[in-house]
Amino acid sequence: MPATTPDPAPAARSRSSIRSLLRLWPYVRPIRARLGASAVVGVVASSMGLLIPLVLKWLVDGPVTDQDPSGVWLGGGLVLLLGLLEAGLFGLRRWLVARPLAGVEASMRSDLYQRLQRLPVSFHDRWASGQLLSRATMDLQILRMFLAFPLVFLFVNATTMLIGFGILLAQSPLLTLVLLGPAVPLVVLSMRFETRYALAARRAQDQAGDLATLVEESVLGVRIIKAFGRHRTQSQAFHQQARDLRGTELHKARLLSDLWAIIMTLPELAIGVALVVGVLQVSDGKLSTGTLVAFLTTALALRWPVESIGFLLAMSNEAATAADRYFEPMTMQGAEASEAADGKDAEDLTADLTADPAAVRPGGDGLRMAGVGFRYPDAPAGSAPVLTGVDLHIRSGETMALVGATGCGKTTLTALVPRLHEPTSGRITLDGADTAAMPVARLRELVAVAFEEPTLFSATVRENVAMGAGPSGADEAAVLRALEIAQCGFVHALPQGLDTQVGEQGLSLSGGQRQRLALARAVVGRPQFLILDDPLSALDVHTEALVEAALRDVLRETTALVVAHRPSTVALADRVALLSQGRVSAVGTHQELLRDNTEYRRLMSGLDTAVEPLERSDAR
Amino acid sequence: MTSATEQQLDDREEAEPVHAPAPAEPDAFDQDRLPAPKNAQALLLRSLLRPHSRLVWLASVLLLVQQAAVQAGPLLVAYAIDNAIPQMREGRHGALIAVACGYLGCGVAAGALQRAFIRVAALISQDVLIELRARMFRHAQSLSLDFHERYTSGRLIARATSDVESIRELLTDGLEELIGVVLSVVYISVLLIFLDWRLGLVTLVSYVPLYVAIRRFQGRSMLAYRRRSTAIAAVIVKFTETMNGIRPVKAFRREQPNDTSFAELNHRHYRANGDAILEMARYVVTSRLIANIAVAGIVVWGAYRVAGGGMALGVLAAFVLYLRRLYDPIDRLGMFLNSYQSAAASLEKIAGLLAQTPTVPAPEHPVALPPTAQGHPGREVVFDRVRFGYRTGGEVLPPFDLRLPAGQTLAVVGATGAGKSTLAKLLARFYDPTGGRVLLDGVPLVDLSPADLRRGVVMVTQEAFLFSGTVADNIAIGRPDATREEVEAAARAIGAHDFITALPDGYDTDVRKRGGRISAGQRQLVAFARALLADPGVLILDEATSSLDIPGERAVQFAMQTVLTGRTAVIIAHRLSTVAIADRVLVMRDGRIVEDGTPADLIAGDGHYAQLDAAWREGLA
Repeated sequence: MPATTPDPAPAARSRSSIRSLLRLWPYVRPIRARLGASAVVGVVASSMGLLIPLVLKWLVDGPVTDQDPSGVWLGGGLVLLLGLLEAGLFGLRRWLVARPLAGVEASMRSDLYQRLQRLPVSFHDRWASGQLLSRATMDLQILRMFLAFPLVFLFVNATTMLIGFGILLAQSPLLTLVLLGPAVPLVVLSMRFETRYALAARRAQDQAGDLATLVEESVLGVRIIKAFGRHRTQSQAFHQQARDLRGTELHKARLLSDLWAIIMTLPELAIGVALVVGVLQVSDGKLSTGTLVAFLTTALALRWPVESIGFLLAMSNEAATAADRYFEPMTMQGAEASEAADGKDAEDLTADLTADPAAVRPGGDGLRMAGVGFRYPDAPAGSAPVLTGVDLHIRSGETMALVGATGCGKTTLTALVPRLHEPTSGRITLDGADTAAMPVARLRELVAVAFEEPTLFSATVRENVAMGAGPSGADEAAVLRALEIAQCGFVHALPQGLDTQVGEQGLSLSGGQRQRLALARAVVGRPQFLILDDPLSALDVHTEALVEAALRDVLRETTALVVAHRPSTVALADRVALLSQGRVSAVGTHQELLRDNTEYRRLMSGLDTAVEPLERSDAR
Repeated sequence: MTSATEQQLDDREEAEPVHAPAPAEPDAFDQDRLPAPKNAQALLLRSLLRPHSRLVWLASVLLLVQQAAVQAGPLLVAYAIDNAIPQMREGRHGALIAVACGYLGCGVAAGALQRAFIRVAALISQDVLIELRARMFRHAQSLSLDFHERYTSGRLIARATSDVESIRELLTDGLEELIGVVLSVVYISVLLIFLDWRLGLVTLVSYVPLYVAIRRFQGRSMLAYRRRSTAIAAVIVKFTETMNGIRPVKAFRREQPNDTSFAELNHRHYRANGDAILEMARYVVTSRLIANIAVAGIVVWGAYRVAGGGMALGVLAAFVLYLRRLYDPIDRLGMFLNSYQSAAASLEKIAGLLAQTPTVPAPEHPVALPPTAQGHPGREVVFDRVRFGYRTGGEVLPPFDLRLPAGQTLAVVGATGAGKSTLAKLLARFYDPTGGRVLLDGVPLVDLSPADLRRGVVMVTQEAFLFSGTVADNIAIGRPDATREEVEAAARAIGAHDFITALPDGYDTDVRKRGGRISAGQRQLVAFARALLADPGVLILDEATSSLDIPGERAVQFAMQTVLTGRTAVIIAHRLSTVAIADRVLVMRDGRIVEDGTPADLIAGDGHYAQLDAAWREGLA
């Protein structure tokens, strides 16, 4: 199911970073006041840091030189006051945005989750869940960091620099010029480095991801690796990828070391020159000692704002990419075509259901497929569609088995009924009502499915079964009945019985046990239409017989389509449809088809199997 | 669904296993805390660093000298103010030239040394990371299946990814800054005391409240971060589960209930996240306050003494400059401490994993597998008084003897849990027996080198996992040096060639992650082709045809009749159709072999197998 990694890069590059970041506005809007306030507070706090050197200057040139102790106390008091204010304002700035920013992250995540749940299955087929998860976690964290730091500090630091250089200029234009010298190359160089660094970091991230995939596969496939003793091959692949990653990381480190060399050296040189010039000026009496001290202290205070511009801009770039990645699935077109009909709220839907109770009646027309065709949206151009023109009528109350060779599209066909995929042509009707015109929620209430791969969620046994009855759930009696039908007696022996946690986070069950629970889930709501995709494949012969016996009662009251591989499963059905080359090629009872249809006979008995002559030596 | 999931998470947070879905007895595996020797972490760290001890020394020296160069600046400023200015007024330039040279020299040296240090440190940390990753990888591969089954793939993957990541973050981003901060604190303290011991002592006194603030922050932030990581883990689980199970989610209209429960988990994370950020804010305010008060105090006292003539002006200037350098990075210290803590926790978990010893170790002195008889690839298998029970107790297989002559095809049937798979896994040496020996051509399996073992025995299981790569790559796992012709021949022999050539790129089709649109049955065919290519002496098929349709199964059986000629084979199946090609059938019940004979003999009798066979024939009619 997980598949390609859609590359967001082209879209990201063609759009400017600023435009990408502007897309965050709807989420930022509600907290704009706080964000603005935090920026203002940040500027004021930084200014406090710039004022302290001025007080020092006054101290050195005034009370210290004049040997005036009371003046010293006044100056010290001022330094203390400014210091307290600075610390308080720092805190205030963080406090102002802490919760709101966490809130932005949370609401963006909620929106993404809601959106993804409603994108069609074909979307999820193309996007690996890991890709989606990284958007919901890493990218959102980057965006929150962007709002917390670069967005505010680009403003705060730029303002601080302006104020700071203003102060410096007022004290000594010449020294300021000396200091400003390296500021511009510093910002430009560090920005260039940061961009290159970001590229390398991206590559390192991808390589780390590949390495993680390799590790993941070697853990998931550990039985195969052990069975064939392929540790060495795996380990060679691992070492190759690990070496690649190391190369990239060392490249990153080299970039970083160059950047640091420049960041450390250039300002030191400027301050060194300023010191020499300052000493010359002081000794010439053109500058007071206090001014030189204040100047150097201020210059030191300004180092951080200047140095930070580069990485703040780089972080913004990264955030722009993250924003693009986030909005990519958010703005994905072709959301469940049904969304239009489905986009209403829960209340509307319930209203729909109650308003239209007679749309599907027992004793109606049953399930009808007319000219149904399907091809996967991502299928390579020119390849044959999976289904070309399926015509099939399942009468109301009837059970139809669907038989066909491996890979002929049986599972695909079953997915079309609850509209997990949309047919590319033709129509499917339930008791005469076109499924395409039905709200999806309504359709899926009518149709229950047991999938070939039984997925259980991290919840109790009871909840896993009850969810088959829809959001309203099912009562205890219904759950017990469903468990009985599916021969799930084993649940009573679980540590907490029906309340035992299963799924990823709970007790792991065997394939057969999971399959039976999935079957219980499908039948719990007494659905009008039931679709079972090879529901008994993982059961042993004995259990299979028991489940079949119990299922017969259920199938009597519902219209069912059952994908079957074996005669024992076919025996559940009233009639059988043979799916062959994208269409239903024959319909009839098991006996009729066995008698009249060669392909069916081959599928069910394995007789007349045409197997190519084997050349044994080839196989070695 | 919601409430229970959260209940459970609550439990985990508070570490009270009241409703935890664990088996009755507490198990180290369930608490994700593997038993490890006490100093396992330190030993691990030391063993990782030892090969690089020269580089570590070099890096230390570089950093020490570099910090000295960095911290010389304010000292030169003091010298300039106190010496160079008076000298200049007397017309002498010596001091100023010295200051100029010193400052420029220190600036250049600081930059160059920093550059060198980063490069050396990167060499060390990257090699350490590679070694750590490789060790975990090798170790995980060498650990036996029962470990994998108990530890779960999710945890193992978390160890190898997120835990290594947090160590990487510390090594590449945090550690040098952390050491840098500590070094600068030491240097500056020494310099300050050297400049003026009384003011220096005041600075030292300010460390006491700072230390208290840092400790408090460490404790509180650790709690906050732990809560946050628990909260985000719950969000991630819910998110992943929904996206991976999107079909049932849609089919059972779980969207809105999911929205609600996700919103609750998300809100929990929102609170924890805010708490963690606020904790940081609190720390920044506290440390800033302490630092600024200290600065004010030192300025007052210093200025007072300069005014009184007890101290030089330049020294005061140097003090102010140093204090700025001293206190500025303390804000960031909190951040680094966090990453240090999480890395330490990760290292502990990894050390626990690495301390696990494989229960199925490779032999130290392997015995070579004797060559097989001419033209007969098959080998003789003997189970000699073999019994098997899990370490936690409970006997799965009571002692039994079994001999399979070379070339025999044995079918094992029986209900779920009868012990069929355990028998197969013992033969494949996925487990070692609790008692007795399994012999292959007279050589105990435990004495065979891994390579010989896999030349001897190959097992195909029900779950047909596909690795990323092409279909051909996946088949070639059976024998990596096989040519394309051999790969195709194996696929053809098993009846997989047709569906593979129908794929978009034939044998070169990328199966993508976990199988893409290759159906379960087709995956099993690939797994068969893989086993065929491996050409083992003994082939074990454990439910290997469960997802095939009948023609597919027939085709496989037909192929098997040829392929298995002369080879020893063990076939395990629920369905009797699969065992039709067997020379001999074992029926197992509750871990015991209850029937043993040729299919014809057993059918003629009135045992379990005869009943099964009758039922099966009925189903066919």
